[in-house]
Amino acid sequence: MAEKHEHTHDHSEHGSELSEMQLRVRALETVLTEKGYVDPAALDAIIEAYETKVGPHVGARVVAKAWSDPSFKQALLEDGTKAVLALGAINRVGDHLIAVENTPKLHNMIVCTLCSCYPWEVLGLPPVWYKSAPYRSRAVNDPRGVLADFGVTLPADTAIRVWDSTAETRFIVLPMRPATTEGWSEEKLASLVTRDSMIGTGFPKQPAEVA
Amino acid sequence: MDGVHDMGGMHGFGKVEAEKNEPVFHDEWERRVYALYRAISYAGVWCIDQARFAREQLPPDVYLASSYYRKWELGMEKQLVESGLAGADELAAGRVLRPGKPLKRKLTAAEVPNTVTRGSFARPPQKPARFKPGDRVRTKNIHPKTHTRLPRYARGRVGVIEALRGCHVFPDTVAIGKGEDPQWLYTVLFDGRELWGDNAEPSLKVSIEAFEPYLEPA
Repeated sequence: MAEKHEHTHDHSEHGSELSEMQLRVRALETVLTEKGYVDPAALDAIIEAYETKVGPHVGARVVAKAWSDPSFKQALLEDGTKAVLALGAINRVGDHLIAVENTPKLHNMIVCTLCSCYPWEVLGLPPVWYKSAPYRSRAVNDPRGVLADFGVTLPADTAIRVWDSTAETRFIVLPMRPATTEGWSEEKLASLVTRDSMIGTGFPKQPAEVA
Repeated sequence: MDGVHDMGGMHGFGKVEAEKNEPVFHDEWERRVYALYRAISYAGVWCIDQARFAREQLPPDVYLASSYYRKWELGMEKQLVESGLAGADELAAGRVLRPGKPLKRKLTAAEVPNTVTRGSFARPPQKPARFKPGDRVRTKNIHPKTHTRLPRYARGRVGVIEALRGCHVFPDTVAIGKGEDPQWLYTVLFDGRELWGDNAEPSLKVSIEAFEPYLEPA
């Protein structure tokens, strides 16, 4: 999860954009605050929520529950929004959360070619690569190439299904449960679930990696 | 609009490069941009499709060269100035030169936990759905200069309705101030070859979420 990132003024990787953006954003925030449009305390609360409360750990809990409880899994695949709400993992979800299941025959991958649509409620804010031109351009026509960029190889006989998030429906991949995890608690199973496995650009960790 | 934001299927952008242990935000200004966007959205100043359209209208070189949150910041500035809520002179000066206008509501810290989600876009239907799962449809070959959520790579293509997702706010109208005009939304599934030709990955299927006005029977 996110670590607090200390604010420094000379991040070399951002170069001159940083100083330009620092000034622009400071000006913008000052104007919006002085106009009475925004409350700085609310801004701090938003940042805190997205850095500490919302993130892939929520989705991992959902996946682990689905791996452990067949009736929850069925409910999740039938109506993701309702199932996740019932789990109580979060207090609200968007109207249309859709869980899609990976099987030995089918691998699902999520993208938003037009902007950056992503299931914030269960995965938090998207990583930079998800919003980047290489991913947005290639996921829909070269998904195996994209997977190779992640070091992931699918069996040749596994079909690929790409979901382009072009509306307000949101998708989460239900990855396959790793072998030799019989009898594991939901909490332990959740430790196997990576963010990328819920986007479809990775697999869950292997049991040996968390043992 | 047929802008550079509509990236599906384009070549030349290179490898996907994932950052290890990536933080949620890379710097303080990104945090502030994100929070300002959420707070102003809550105040009812713009809806998500208007915000998307503002970013799409950034000049192509700016769009491609800007980091994600820089695009958000530039889009916000554009919308604030165009809506008259702040002046370009004020944003340049970094201080207020005229009093603010009344907004519908103002986000407080106490209300934040209830807003850590997306808004609701489902609406009561205006008419029965035209298509049902299993129907073959062709996407229209449209090229509006305004906002649309039908990506270029999936225009004029034949697919199958896989699911009906309810009736939703129509981005194409709401983005340009012409109202929500709710429309049925479908998951439409395309064979990879229909989209990319004979050299497509043989097993590939791609779906889009398509509003009813994008579709005609095939």
